[in-house]
Amino acid sequence: MNFFKIIEQLAEVDPDVLGRFDSRRAVFQSLGTLAKRAALATTPVLLGSMFQKAYAGTNADSPIDILNYALTLELLEADFYRKFVEAGRIPAGAPTMAIAQIRKHEDSHVALLTNVIRALNGTPVTGVTFKRSFFNSLDTYEAQLQVAQILEDTGVRAYKGRAAELTGTPDMNIPGIGIVNLLTAALQIHSVEARHAAHIRYMRNQKPWVSNDDDVRTNPAYTGATPESNVMQAGYDLTRDLGTMYSAADVAAAFDEPLTPAEVLDMSRAGGLVG
Amino acid sequence: MTDLTSPFSQVPAGLPRRAFLRVAGASAATAGLVLAGCGKTDTPPVVNSNILYLGSTSTSAADVDAGLLNYFFLLKQLEAAFYQRVVDALPTDLPPAERAFFSDLRDHELVHRETLRYALGNRAYDAAAAQPLPFDFSSLTLTTRAGVLAAAQQLEDLGVAAYAGALRLVRTPDLVALVAKMSSVEARHAALLRDLRTPGSFAGDDVVVNAGVLQSVSLAKTPAQVIAEAKAFFLPIVVSTDLLPTA
Repeated sequence: MNFFKIIEQLAEVDPDVLGRFDSRRAVFQSLGTLAKRAALATTPVLLGSMFQKAYAGTNADSPIDILNYALTLELLEADFYRKFVEAGRIPAGAPTMAIAQIRKHEDSHVALLTNVIRALNGTPVTGVTFKRSFFNSLDTYEAQLQVAQILEDTGVRAYKGRAAELTGTPDMNIPGIGIVNLLTAALQIHSVEARHAAHIRYMRNQKPWVSNDDDVRTNPAYTGATPESNVMQAGYDLTRDLGTMYSAADVAAAFDEPLTPAEVLDMSRAGGLVG
Repeated sequence: MTDLTSPFSQVPAGLPRRAFLRVAGASAATAGLVLAGCGKTDTPPVVNSNILYLGSTSTSAADVDAGLLNYFFLLKQLEAAFYQRVVDALPTDLPPAERAFFSDLRDHELVHRETLRYALGNRAYDAAAAQPLPFDFSSLTLTTRAGVLAAAQQLEDLGVAAYAGALRLVRTPDLVALVAKMSSVEARHAALLRDLRTPGSFAGDDVVVNAGVLQSVSLAKTPAQVIAEAKAFFLPIVVSTDLLPTA
């Protein structure tokens, strides 16, 4: 465990790093106590929580905040699929199998995020449920499946909205789980959500990617500060600035766009589905 | 390999010293015509091999990110070239609805490729090359629906794993955000192709981990793993990830 090297490297990018701890001495004392209590393998996690404490109060949310945000959405999705299955309207055969598999993934994501947050000494969010009255208003399989699409597409946008905040997060050795890089894990979940979204869209005879032809294209899940119809990437208007002209429809479909936490939790989007 | 087929045979002299990528000349005939960034003089090093090095020995954030962005760019070039090949000669047993999908897939990959090329600017590894790197698709069967779907699925699943596995190495948050926007579309492509090939396999156990504590997450592969799986497509060029970061 090269703690000193980490501090040294941190100091390169943040000269105040040591000032962020109570005092230089406290850092090393605390490391000593922690090290006595824990096996060496768990040290990175303890370090992680020390850094988290040191950086608390800066503008950026801590990784635990980001993980709890993800967990909130996963709980919402998991409870939606529980209600979806219990409602008993899913046709037998391929649709039932697909929804069962998606549900299993969402349940696993809940367990995974909960375990990681606990291991980081955080308090995992619990008790987030899909609003019963709204679910009951979905009186057909088709209506329920449409909400599934909106939830999955929202999930993709929500993970994307926070991935950049995990840039450069070091690998952590989390007891009972192993070596985890939080950005990698978030992206691994993110792409599973995208696979779900594509499949549910395919079940609904929609294009697998967000498209201007979508039957639900006006739903707030596809709007936002950077709407899904966006054609600006990396400072370029891709319909105009590239060597070849591309249609706005192709350009928009080629990129999924982020939603901010405030946008996701707005009552017009996922926020309105909680309850 | 002759000069005519070497994409690097027309490299002009006087490339910027800090160019992050070295492309070794294709043969003795082209030795000396090397895109060589790391030398301290204007004389490029002479390397008698077919190695395309992604990345550089520089550890500055800009250079590290340029190397990784070039890695993503190379994968996008590969996919775009693949779909162009498919669309140019669609298998006769491919039904019309699926033909339209392949046209969309080609367009998305072209847009991704060009976005990365513009984002890289003169840091694109082939910015000074006369023609793009040719890809070798001779290992694939592109005359049948089954062959095309299998190949496309392989490339898309590999792409999904590549983004998940390499973005942790990128230093600039804006670049992480940009590539993440493409990575989920890549996952949508992969899911579609899997469903076309084997209905219901959109998140099969071979690509979404189905056991252990890190369950229900998609595979993540390192650049070295990804390039090893794709190496046949680059022949006779050998792509090296030795100069890309691993942590």
